[in-house]
Amino acid sequence: MPHDVAELVAAAKHGDREAFDELVRVTYAETYTLAYRLTGNEEDARDVVQEAYLRAFRGLRRFRGDAQFSTWMYRITANCAATQLGKRARHRHDELDDRAPVADPRLDHDPQLRADADDLRSRLHAALDALPPRLRAVVVLRDVYELSHESIAAELGISESAAKVRLHRARHKLRDQLFPRRDGEASRAV
Amino acid sequence: MNPHERADPHREWAQEVGAVQCEDIAEDLAAAAEGETLLGRSQRRHVERCLRCQAEVVQYRRLLRAMRSLRTEVLEPTPGLLADILANLEGAGERHAVRSLLSGRRVAYLGGLAAATAAGAAGAIVFASRTRRTRLAG
Repeated sequence: MPHDVAELVAAAKHGDREAFDELVRVTYAETYTLAYRLTGNEEDARDVVQEAYLRAFRGLRRFRGDAQFSTWMYRITANCAATQLGKRARHRHDELDDRAPVADPRLDHDPQLRADADDLRSRLHAALDALPPRLRAVVVLRDVYELSHESIAAELGISESAAKVRLHRARHKLRDQLFPRRDGEASRAV
Repeated sequence: MNPHERADPHREWAQEVGAVQCEDIAEDLAAAAEGETLLGRSQRRHVERCLRCQAEVVQYRRLLRAMRSLRTEVLEPTPGLLADILANLEGAGERHAVRSLLSGRRVAYLGGLAAATAAGAAGAIVFASRTRRTRLAG
């Protein structure tokens, strides 16, 4: 049994089921991490991961190998997450509002005391959680997983310009959360 | 200039840094911090002399570094997830195999039917031609 991802992919493409199972074992934690970041909860993340591997299994022959397997899985996961969020949004319209208010960062944060990287990261987690799912998906796929604007637009079913607008709005909100302005210093409108 | 008229320091400063205003380049600063976009000459000139925009670029860089650092962070999947994924795949594999088998049988069945029909037709033609020949001979 090969252990290298590329070898596992090659074997799985030739119908080796064990190789595909091994691919799942090697990559599922990372896929789950992305799914959780996109959906914001465990239940949806689990559904997304299962659906993503089913689609990968069915579509493996179409994977040309010109991208890394992980990048291909990110795209499938993003697509599944968009579908999942769409289903959820049909029941809860409030989550789709890009202008959903985020907590006022000035209440709890003191930049002087929270300057170290670990703290920045924990505040980043909180800021990401506070983002509306549609904005969070774009900024996570772009800034964490470095997918192209084109791929993000394709997997989320939006135009490239819409993806860029959402990215700008998401970054702006995150920046305002992480680096709160002093009183009287107005934030720029987006 | 009227000696009683006060100079507006912000206006003078704005004229000095050129026509570009902070709002004009707000959207480009994050992309510039990422290295994806290169600012134009007038925009660069503005940023070089605008502390507010410089602070924003620094903040976006810190934000992007923090975001990139999340890539190496892998969450602990919920218990039983791997087993569920593999079971799902197993189920999908079995369904696929059953479908293939059924479609294979269907092909064989249709093939047999076609062959039987062709054989029947051929037999009918042979029989008809023999009957005709017998009649002509008679």
